[in-house]
Amino acid sequence: MSILEFSLIVAAGSLVAGFLGALTGLGGGVVIVPMLSLLLGVDIRYAIGASLVSVIATSSGAAAAYVREGISNIRIGMFLEVATTLGAIAGATLATHISTGAVSIVFGLVLIGSAFLSWKPRVKNASDASPDALATRLRLNGSFPESGGIRKYHVRRVPLGWSLMFGAGTLSGLLGIGSGAMKVLAMDQAMRIPFKVSTTTSNFMIGVTAAASAGIYLSRGYIDPGLSMPVMLGVLAGSLLGTRVLVKVHPKWLRRVFSIVIVVLGSEMLYKGISGKI
Amino acid sequence: MAQEESQELGWTDHRMEILIGKLLRAGVLLSAVVVLLGGTVYLLRHGHTRVDYRVFHGEPADLRSVSGIVRDTLALRGEGIIQLGLLLLIATPVARVAFSIFGFAEEHDRMYVVITIIVLLVLIYSLMGSPGL
Repeated sequence: MSILEFSLIVAAGSLVAGFLGALTGLGGGVVIVPMLSLLLGVDIRYAIGASLVSVIATSSGAAAAYVREGISNIRIGMFLEVATTLGAIAGATLATHISTGAVSIVFGLVLIGSAFLSWKPRVKNASDASPDALATRLRLNGSFPESGGIRKYHVRRVPLGWSLMFGAGTLSGLLGIGSGAMKVLAMDQAMRIPFKVSTTTSNFMIGVTAAASAGIYLSRGYIDPGLSMPVMLGVLAGSLLGTRVLVKVHPKWLRRVFSIVIVVLGSEMLYKGISGKI
Repeated sequence: MAQEESQELGWTDHRMEILIGKLLRAGVLLSAVVVLLGGTVYLLRHGHTRVDYRVFHGEPADLRSVSGIVRDTLALRGEGIIQLGLLLLIATPVARVAFSIFGFAEEHDRMYVVITIIVLLVLIYSLMGSPGL
C-alpha cells in the first residue's frame, strides 16, 4: 500500500471514529488504536501515539462548545488534573517498560469495561447530600443553570475521587485514550457530582491529561507524523461534525451498537495480547 | 451577601471558561492548519512510497525534540511541519493551564493559583524532563 492510499484510509476511518465517538459520548480514541493495530497492522506503539494526539484535538475542539453552557466546574477540573497528569506520566512511563502484548491485554479489558459501563443504568445521585468538609475547604461545591433555575451541588468523597482520577490518568497515558468514561465515573458516582457537570468537566480535563503523556511519547519517538496527520485531522473533523449534529443527546441505539463494536474490538485486542500476536 | 459573592464568583468563572474555550479552539485550529500544510508537503513528496508501520523503529532523533522539529520545519520537510503542528496541539492545553493561573489570581483565589501552578509544573516536567527533549 502506498502512503497516499494508507493516509486516505486512515483519515476516513478516523473521521467515522470521531463522529461516532462524539455522538455516543464514548470518545473516538477508544477505537483508533484497535482500528490501526488490528485492521491496518500498525505497531501498537505508533497507534497509541497517534491516538493520544487525536484525543487532545477532540477534547480542546469540543471545549468551546461545552463552556458556553456554563456547566463545567473549573475548580473541580483543575484540582483533579493534579491527579490525572501525575497518573498520565506514570502511565506513559509504564508503557515504555512493559511488552506490547501486556498493553494489548490491558487495552482489551478497558474496552470491554467501558462498553459494560455504557450499558449499565446509571445510579441517580441523591442531590441533598450534606457538605463535605474537605470539598468545602477546596471550594469544589458549585452550582449550574438548569431548566428550573440554579441547581447547587455538594462534592463528596474527595480522596476516593482523586485516586480514581490518578487511575484514569494512568490508563490514558498507557493506552493513548481519553479515559472519559472513568473520569465521569469518578466524578459522578464517587464524588456525587451531577452527571452534566461531570461529563463537561471531564471533557475539559482530557486534553490536559493527554498533553502530560504526549510529551513523553514524542520524546520517545512514538509519535509518527505520517500516521498522526490523518488520524488527528480525521478524528477532529469527525468529532466537530458529531458535536454540531448533537451536543447533548446521545441516541440510545447508536450507543448500544457502538458499545457492541467496542466489545468485539476489545476481545480481539485481548486475544492478540494473550496469544502474543501483537 | 454571601450569595451575591458566590454569584459574582460564578460569573467571573464563566467568563474565564469562555476565554479558555476560545483559546483552546484557536490552538486546535492553528495546529490543524499547520498539520494539514505539512501533510500536503509530505504526501506530495512521499505519497507513492510504500507504507511501513508494522515494525516499530521509533522516530529519528530530529522528530523527537523541539529543536530538531524547528530545524526540519525551516528546511520545509513535510514531516517536520506536521510534527510542529502536533507540538502546537500539545502546547494548547498547557497554555490553557498557564492562562488559568491569571484567571484565579484575578479572583484572588490563592489556593487555586497554587494548585494550577502544580499542574503546570507537572506538564512542564513531562515535556522537558523526559530524556531526549
